Amino acid sequence: MNSLIEITFTINGEKMVRKVKPSLLLINLIRDELKLKGTKPGCLEGECGACTVLVDGIAINSCMYLAVNVEGKSITTIEGLGTLEKPLNKVQEKMLEHGAVQCGFCTSGIVLSIKSFSDKCKAQGKVPTRNEVKKSLEGHLCRCTGYVKIINAAEAVYK
Amino acid sequence: MAKELSIISKSTQKFDGKERVTGKAIYGHDIELPNMLHGMILRTKYPCANIISIDTSAAKALEGVACVITADDADVNMIGYKRDHPILKSKTVNCIRDEIAAVAATTKDIARKALSLIKVEYDVKKGIFNPFDALKENAPKINLAGKGLEQFANKNIAESFHYEHGELDVQKAKSKVIISKRYTLPRVAHSCLGTSNITADYSKLNGCLTLWASTQVPFLYQRDIAHALKMEPSKIRIIQPTIGGAFGSKLDMLPFEPICALLSIKTGKPVQILYNREEEFIASPTRQTMVIDLTTGADETSRFTFREVKITMDNGAYTSWGATTPFVMMQTFSSLYQVPACSFQADAVYTNNPFAGSFRGYGNPQATFSVERNINLMAKELGIGNDEIRLLNANYKGEITGQRLHYKTCGAKPALEKVIKESHYKVKEKKKNQGRYKTGIGLASMLHVGGGAKIYRSDGCGTRLKLDHYGYLTIFTGSSEIGQGSETILAMIAAEELGIPFEKIKVINTDTDVKPWDVGVHASRTSFVSGNSLLGAIKLIKEKLNKQVSKLLCVEAGDFSYKNGLIITGDKEIKIDKVVRDMHFGLPNELCVAEYFYEPPSDFQDKQFRGNVSGNYAFASQAIEVEVDTYTGNVKVLDVYVSQDVGRVLNPLGLQGQIEGGVVMGIGYALTEEMIFENGNLINPSFHGYKLLTSTDIPNIHFYPIETFDEAGPYGSKGVGEAPLIPTAPAIANAVANAIGVEFCSLPLTPEKVLKAIKEKTII
Repeated sequence: MNSLIEITFTINGEKMVRKVKPSLLLINLIRDELKLKGTKPGCLEGECGACTVLVDGIAINSCMYLAVNVEGKSITTIEGLGTLEKPLNKVQEKMLEHGAVQCGFCTSGIVLSIKSFSDKCKAQGKVPTRNEVKKSLEGHLCRCTGYVKIINAAEAVYK
Repeated sequence: MAKELSIISKSTQKFDGKERVTGKAIYGHDIELPNMLHGMILRTKYPCANIISIDTSAAKALEGVACVITADDADVNMIGYKRDHPILKSKTVNCIRDEIAAVAATTKDIARKALSLIKVEYDVKKGIFNPFDALKENAPKINLAGKGLEQFANKNIAESFHYEHGELDVQKAKSKVIISKRYTLPRVAHSCLGTSNITADYSKLNGCLTLWASTQVPFLYQRDIAHALKMEPSKIRIIQPTIGGAFGSKLDMLPFEPICALLSIKTGKPVQILYNREEEFIASPTRQTMVIDLTTGADETSRFTFREVKITMDNGAYTSWGATTPFVMMQTFSSLYQVPACSFQADAVYTNNPFAGSFRGYGNPQATFSVERNINLMAKELGIGNDEIRLLNANYKGEITGQRLHYKTCGAKPALEKVIKESHYKVKEKKKNQGRYKTGIGLASMLHVGGGAKIYRSDGCGTRLKLDHYGYLTIFTGSSEIGQGSETILAMIAAEELGIPFEKIKVINTDTDVKPWDVGVHASRTSFVSGNSLLGAIKLIKEKLNKQVSKLLCVEAGDFSYKNGLIITGDKEIKIDKVVRDMHFGLPNELCVAEYFYEPPSDFQDKQFRGNVSGNYAFASQAIEVEVDTYTGNVKVLDVYVSQDVGRVLNPLGLQGQIEGGVVMGIGYALTEEMIFENGNLINPSFHGYKLLTSTDIPNIHFYPIETFDEAGPYGSKGVGEAPLIPTAPAIANAVANAIGVEFCSLPLTPEKVLKAIKEKTII
C-alpha cells in the first residue's frame, strides 16, 4: 500500500497533478505538501471543524478525508476565497463587521462552512432561519467568541 | 468626561482581523524553517512508578533520527513555580504527563517511530490521586523536591496561604444563620483550538536561542527558559507567533519548551514540537480541581457577618502558577460583598495527578461558586429574597475592604439592580412550575481585579512610539495580543489622540528583542496597563510635536488639536508628517520618538496579604434563566442577563465579544465540561469525550455595561476579560435550585447528576 497514486484535481482554481500515498489525509496534502497553511489542524479527529475546506462546494473536514478521494474534484481553501481585486469575500467581511473573530484559529473553517451553506441556500432560493443557521455551524468549535457573533455574521451573509 | 471622543467608545473592527479571516496569520503550527527537525516526547505509561531503565539505542539507530535525549543528556535546572519539576524524569515518574525522553527527526513519522523504539522498564507503584489521602501521616512523599515538611508541616503540601481579618468569634456570635457546605469543583481544560507548539532555533555561531513560542508572558518566559537551560536571558529571543487561544494556559513554561530548545542545541538545527489534541488534553494545564469547605453567617438583619473557608487544592505532581490561585480567591472571600470577618486557609496538595495551571478567572470561578451558593442557602433560612440579600450586602463606592482593597469606583449595586430589573427576576423566581419542563432563575455576582494585579515586582508595561516622516505611527508595546483585541484598543487610542488613521498605524508586540518590558497578558490587565502606557508615551511625543509646531507656525505652544493627520491651532494647521520632517531634517536634527513605562498605582501586598493590589476593581452580576427537563435531567440555559462595571466601554464590539465568550465558557463549566480521571489516567482526552458547547447550545445573552469612569483606567476603563465567566456557574446552579428545589454543591450539572438528584432528592 506504499505505492504512490497519481491524482488530478483543482485547488483554488488551479489544476494540479500529484502523486500521493493512499493513506495521505487531505489536510496533510493541503498544509504539508501544497503549503496552504490557512487550513488549521485543530483536533485531527473530525470534531472541531477548524480544518474545513470545500470539495466541489461542500464543506468537509479535511482531516477525515483521504487525499486520493479528491481525484477529479475541485477544492477551495481559505486562500481561494479572495481575489486580487477583492481580497475579502462577503463572508469574511461580515465576520469582521460582526466581531466574529478573536484568536482566529477556528475562523478559516467557519468561513468556508458559511460559504458552502450560503451557496446551498442561494441555489434553493431560501433564507435560513436562525435555528438553521445555528445548526449549520454545529460542527465547529470556537473557544473564544461564544458563537453569538459568528451566528450573527452568518445571518448577515444570508440576508 | 471633558473631551469629546470620536473613536473611543465606538464599535471598531478587529485591527488584526483581516489576516485572521483570510488564513494569512501565521500561528506556531504554520512555521517551517530550512532544515527543520520534528521533535516528539515520550511520556510515561504509568502515573506513578520508578524507572528501572531507559534504552534509546534502537531509536538512535533509526535512519532520520538526529537526536534522542533523556535526563542524562541534559544539564538543566528544575522548573516550575516552586522549582520542583525536572524537565526530563530519570528515576521516578509522578503523573501521566511525565516526560522521559525526546527525539528530533527529519519527519514526524520517523519521530513517532523512534518513540515507539525507546524501551522503558518501570517498577509500577500505587499512586495517590486524592489530596486528602496525600495529607495522611502514612502517605509517601510524592514530590521528592517538595519542601512541605519544612515550610508547612506536611511533606505533601506544595503551597499554603492563610489570610484573616475582623473578629471571627464576635461575628459568629452575632450570626442568626450559619451555613456550612462542602463544594467540589471539577478539573476542566482550556481547550484552545490551536494546540501547544514551539519552534526552537539555536545558533552555535553566537550562542543565541530563538524561540517561536505561544507564551502569554514573554519576558517571564525568557527568564524561565534561561533558568532551565542555564543560559543568559538576553541570549534568548522570544517571538510570539499568532496565538490560537490562551485563556491563561500559556502562563507557565512547560517541559516541552526547554526540551525543544535542548533538541535544537544538541542538533544545531531548528526543531519544532506540535502537540496533537490528545497530548493537549493530557499535557497542557487545566483549571484547579478543589474542595472548598465554606462556613458563612448573617445576622438577624440579613447582613453578612463572617466567612470561614478551608480550601484543599489538588496540586498534582508539580507546582505551577496554579498553586497561587488562592491569592485571587482570598479577594473574593474577603471582599465580595461587605464581609466584617474572614478566615481563609488554602493548601495545594501534591498528588499523582497532572498539575493545573492558570485559567481565566484564576480560582475565582471556584471561589465565587461557593460564596454565591452559600448566599442563596442563607437567604432561604433567613426568609429574605435572593436579590434583596445581595443588594443589602453589596459593595459600595469608597469602601476599603478588610483586605484593604480600595473601591474608588464601584458598580456592584448598579449591576445587580440592572440584571434584577431586566430579567424580571422577582416575577420569574416565583413562577410556579408544572409538568416535565421546569424553569428557574438564579443570580450571582463577582469581584475581580480591573487594573492589573501586583503579584510580581512590577505590574508595569512599556511603550515606545515612532512617528515617521510620512506620518505613519509604529507602536512598540510590551503587551501581547492573544485574540482578545488589545491591538485594536491601542490603535484606537493612538488614532483618537494623534488623529492618525488606522491604516497608518502599526503595532509591534511579538519580539522580546524589540518590545519593551511587560509582565504579560493575564489578570484582565492588558488594555488597562498597555492603554495607560500608550497614553503616557503619546503625551511625551505630543510635547515634542507641539514644540515643533509652535516654532514652525510661530504660535505659542499650547494644547493643539490632532485631527485627520493634521495638527491644528486656532485658524492655523499643519500636516503631522511635515512637522516630523522638520524635526528630522531641520536643526537640531531630532527623531520623533517617545518612550514611557507605566506602573499601576497599586500596592504589593504585605505578608498578611493586605493592600490595594489593583489599580481598580471590576464588579459584575448575572441573572440566568434555565429550563430543566425532569425526564432526562438536561439543563438548558435560556437567557443570560449580564451587567458588568467596565469603567468605560472602549470598544463595544470587542467588549461584547469578551462577554459572550466568557459566559459561554462559564456555561460549559457549569453544565458539560469535566476531565475525568481514573487512577491518574485521563479517560476523555478528546473532543468526543470532553464536551464543549456548540452553536446550538447558545442562549440569548443580554449585556448591560455599567460605566463608573474610574480615574486609574485609560478613559476611565477597567479590565474586562475574566469577569464574564466567573458568576455564570453559580447563577446557573442557583437557577436549577429555583427550578427543581435541589441545591447542588458540585459541578458540572450533567444530566445524569441532575436526574439522580431529582429522583433521590439528594444534594450532590
